Amino acid sequence: MTTASDLSRVAAIIGVDESDEMGHVPHKSSMQHHAEAADNALRDAGLTLDDVDALFCAGVGTVSVAEYLGIVPKYTDTTSIGGSSFLAHVEHAMVAINAGLIDVALITHGEAGRSTRARAGRDATAAGSQFEAPYGMIGAPVAYAMACSRYMHMYGADRVRQGMADVSIATRKWALQNPKSFVNHPTWIGPADVGYEDYHESRWIAWPFHIMDCCLVTDGGGACVVVSADVASNAKKNPAWILGSAEGHDHQIISQMPDLTRTIAYQTGPRALEMAGVTHDDIDLAMIYDSFTYTVLTTLESLGFCGPGEAPDFVANLRTGPGGDFPMNTSGGGLSYAHTGMYGMFLLIEATRQLRGESGDRQVEDCNLSLVHGTGGELSSTATLVLSNS
Amino acid sequence: MTTQPPAGPPRILPTPTQENDFYWEKCHEHELWLRSCNTCDETYFYPRDICPTCHSRDTTWVQASGRGEVHAYAVVHRPPAPAFAEEVPFITALIKLEEGPILPTRIVGVEPTPDAVSIGMTGQIEFEDASETISLPVFRPN
Repeated sequence: MTTASDLSRVAAIIGVDESDEMGHVPHKSSMQHHAEAADNALRDAGLTLDDVDALFCAGVGTVSVAEYLGIVPKYTDTTSIGGSSFLAHVEHAMVAINAGLIDVALITHGEAGRSTRARAGRDATAAGSQFEAPYGMIGAPVAYAMACSRYMHMYGADRVRQGMADVSIATRKWALQNPKSFVNHPTWIGPADVGYEDYHESRWIAWPFHIMDCCLVTDGGGACVVVSADVASNAKKNPAWILGSAEGHDHQIISQMPDLTRTIAYQTGPRALEMAGVTHDDIDLAMIYDSFTYTVLTTLESLGFCGPGEAPDFVANLRTGPGGDFPMNTSGGGLSYAHTGMYGMFLLIEATRQLRGESGDRQVEDCNLSLVHGTGGELSSTATLVLSNS
Repeated sequence: MTTQPPAGPPRILPTPTQENDFYWEKCHEHELWLRSCNTCDETYFYPRDICPTCHSRDTTWVQASGRGEVHAYAVVHRPPAPAFAEEVPFITALIKLEEGPILPTRIVGVEPTPDAVSIGMTGQIEFEDASETISLPVFRPN
C-alpha cells in the first residue's frame, strides 16, 4: 500500500500568478480574474491551456471555468471547503498524478470580492441558515470574533490583544514591500504604514475585532500549475516540490466547532510535516492563512509551532515581519495584500515566488522550505503543504 | 418570559425542515427541546436524526432546562447583512446549555458592550416572538 511519504516529490508547482489587475477592479467579473490568472500562471510555467489535462476550482465549478476557457479536462474537481480549497486541490492533483491519470493540473481562482454584482444565495434549510443566521451570525467576522473571545478568556485578554496587534502590523509592513498589495493601490483609503496606536484606535467590526484584525475585501484572481515530476524536471523555472500535504475539517458552522481555540490544523500540520520528513525548525517561510489576526494565533498553535496560549509571545515584537526571525505572510497576507473571499490561492503564489527567489524587496534570504497553510469556512477546514525548492 | 422583537426591516428567519419542525414548534410554545441519543446518552444540537457522537439512529427529543452559561460572544458593530442595519450593536453568543450542547443565540437584557458580558456568566433561555410561527430562543444573563 502507498503511504503518504511515498507521495513526497511526486509532483511540483511550476507556475503561479495573479490576474492582471488586483485590488479594486470594478470593470471585471470573477470569471475574467479566473481566466487571466490561468493564462498568466501557464505562461509562468512555460505551458499553454492545450497542455492542461486536469482542472480544479472552488466556489464556481470546473464545468463553468473549463467551458469559458475552452478546455476539456479529463480530470475535474470542484472540492469547495472554503479558502483552504486550493491547497487541498494541490494534494488532489498530486494524488491523480501519482495514479498516472494526469500530468498537468491547473488550479484557478477568481473572485470579484469587492466589486461583484451578484451575491450567492443561501440555502434556507442549511444548519447555518436555521440556527445562526437569524441572530446575525452571518459571515466570517462574527464567527471568528466569538472564537477569539474564548481564546482571550483562556489566555488573557491583554496579552492576546497585543499578539493580535503584532500580527496585524507585522503583516502590514510586508505588504508595503509588495507592489500588488491593496494598501499600495491608488484607491486605498487611510494610512498604509501603521503602528500599534493606529491598531488600537481602529474601529470595531465585531468585538474583539478591530478593522485591523480583519482581512481585506478585494478583487482578484490567482492560478497555480501542478505537474508530474517528469514535466517538472524540464520546467522553465525551478519547481516548488510538494514534500508534504494534508487536509481535514471538523465542522462547518462556528457553533459546531469542537474547540474554538484549536483548528484541525492540529492534525493536518503534523501529518504534512511527517510526510515531508521535516520539522518546524526546518521551515524558512510560514505562509499562514490570515483571514483575521486570531486565525494566525490559533493556527500557529494548532500547527505546533508553539503550545496552546503561547502564540501571542511567539509573534511578539513584530517577529513575523520584515527583519524578524520568523518570516510569515511576506506578501502582506489577507490582512494587507489581497483577500478576494477564498484567499488560499495567494498563499501558494507567494510561497512559490519566495522559493524561486522572485519576491523582490521582500525576498527572504535562503528561503528553501515553506509551510503553506490554508484555513477555510468558519475555522472549519484546513490544508497544509510543505514545499521545497530542491 | 417573552422578548419583544426589535423594530426594523424584514428579519432573517429560519425555514424549518421536516427534520426540525418539532424544534421550532416547541420554540413557538416557548419551550426548548433538544435531540438526545438513546445509545450513548449524549444530548446534542442542532437537531438531527443521526447522533453526531456515536452515529446511532436511535435518538429522541428531550426538554431542556433553559439554563446555561456564556461560552463565547461577540459585540457586532458592522451589520452582517442589511436586515441587521438598525439592530447594531448587538451581542451574539454561544451558550453552553446545562445539558451539554452549545446553542448559538443572542444575549438580551444587557448593554451591547464587551464588559456587560463575561464568559461563564449564567442565565436562562427565553423566547422572542419573531413572526406568527417563529419564536427564537435568546439568552438573558442572571
